[in-house]
Amino acid sequence: MNPVPNENLNSTRRPKKRRRNFVERTLATFIRKTERALFAEEFARSNGFLQRLDPRVKIIGLLTLILDVTLARNLFTIFFLFAVAILLAVLSRVPVRVLAARAWIGALTFTGLIALPQIFITAGDPLFQLPLVGWTATVQGAMGAVYLISRVETTVTFSLLLVLCTLWADVLKGLRVLHVPVVFVVILGMTYRYIFVMLETAQNMFEARQSRLVGALSGSEGRRVAAASVGVLLSKSFQLNNEVYLAMQSRGFRGEVHTLDDFVMQRRDWAATGGFLLIAATAAWFGRFDSLGSLLGVVGIR
Amino acid sequence: MKNSAANVFELEDVTYRYEDQVALDGLSVAIKEHQRVAVLGANGSGKSTFLRLLDALYFPEKGTVTAFGDNLTEKAFEDEEFAFRFRRRVGLIFQNPDVQLFNPTVFDEIAFGPLQMRLSKDKIRKQVDETLDMMEISHLKHRPPHRLSGGEKKRVAIASVLILEPEVLLLDEPTAALDPKSRGRIIDFLADWGGKAKTVITATHDLDIVEAIADHCLVFQNGRIVGEGSPAEILADTELLEKTNLIHSHRHRHDSGEVHSHPYFHPSHDHKG
Repeated sequence: MNPVPNENLNSTRRPKKRRRNFVERTLATFIRKTERALFAEEFARSNGFLQRLDPRVKIIGLLTLILDVTLARNLFTIFFLFAVAILLAVLSRVPVRVLAARAWIGALTFTGLIALPQIFITAGDPLFQLPLVGWTATVQGAMGAVYLISRVETTVTFSLLLVLCTLWADVLKGLRVLHVPVVFVVILGMTYRYIFVMLETAQNMFEARQSRLVGALSGSEGRRVAAASVGVLLSKSFQLNNEVYLAMQSRGFRGEVHTLDDFVMQRRDWAATGGFLLIAATAAWFGRFDSLGSLLGVVGIR
Repeated sequence: MKNSAANVFELEDVTYRYEDQVALDGLSVAIKEHQRVAVLGANGSGKSTFLRLLDALYFPEKGTVTAFGDNLTEKAFEDEEFAFRFRRRVGLIFQNPDVQLFNPTVFDEIAFGPLQMRLSKDKIRKQVDETLDMMEISHLKHRPPHRLSGGEKKRVAIASVLILEPEVLLLDEPTAALDPKSRGRIIDFLADWGGKAKTVITATHDLDIVEAIADHCLVFQNGRIVGEGSPAEILADTELLEKTNLIHSHRHRHDSGEVHSHPYFHPSHDHKG
């Protein structure tokens, strides 16, 4: 028997290390974050202010405040509502760093990118001029950007508080009780349930591929494999969808969803409803004014 | 098995195909009341399709399927009363529990079936609690199903069907991908459920569990029944089991130095050496 050539074994050349590519890294991070965002119930199960409330009160209360933020015409009201959001977070034992990591940084980045051109293209009083390019920022443009960013940050904070402080099952039931169409609630619930199954399938596919790869793929080969994987994943999701529907049919599903609603309003829920409505009404009244100046004029301070 | 027992299901010359691929090919078989049937066959032999036809999730391209004396057709299932009556009497447990667990909590999952049947809400709450106790999963009541282990998921899937108190239970590979302890619990449950008074049809290729869960076996290959008999008869027929890819020969050496080959599955091992 011929001896095994040992030139490869003795070679001083190190094989090129295969690093996880962009898609794999993104997918793995996405799965981790999605799992954390969707399934983390550590805050929902703690004993804070929002957690103790009936889900219907939370949904109505926080949605009303979100509506106030959207309609407010002065920054004072928006900042006031932002302060309310932070107070609710503190009372509900949600650390501010969690809000920053899961909502504020992302919202600031994406809204900032959208708002940035507005600073320069809105006509108005000049604020400063960018060196080299000579673009002029205007006061009106900057104010518009501040309005947009503060509105987004505040509404995202309220939404995140609702999701973090309520079990997902209760959010769905609450929506149903509030007469949100069944189809919408069911689709939302199923998406939540199966997005992770599909993400896990995608990750397994990538890992299975990785385990059979030596060295790096060329760009075109990598794209071809990625496209094929997307096709397989799509086909698997159709298959899963079909199976789930059969399982529902097997247990009597005929296109209409029925749920058990176990919510009972207690005294603190009524008190919280009153509190939410009072804050919302106050914010709506203050929010009617275009500026702090006109507001102070109305209340006779100026 | 009593010969006088009435037929629960009757299939007459049933053919079913997935596009070009024939899954069941001219199948004719009857399942009697209180019979505990093991449907054996390798992957792709038509076992799962057979169960889905029995559960009226699929309808045959050719031939007829009758359950409790009624013809199972798409038209018959347009009648809500007929559909609900059938769904209460026949329950199917899917191979992949993830498919069957689509509700946000275990409690909601088990309540799903009775809610569709529009039973009273107080009755449903009581039945869910009883079913959770029976399956020893009360501690999982408020947990989301996707966070459970494989064995726990399987027990929840079984509970979600048993709450309807079906007369016929169909199981597709109930022990697939389970650890030994979870597998043992499922087998114990299947062996005892309903005090052997109900009809249970289990599709499996796990020959180790057949004697515990069945008193009659059907062996499938390429969408046809190629063997039928008691578990003892079928398990002794190594030629049939080898032909249908349910066992394979394996070669090994004993301490005495004797090297020989025999089917991988065999009830006893008698060597002189």
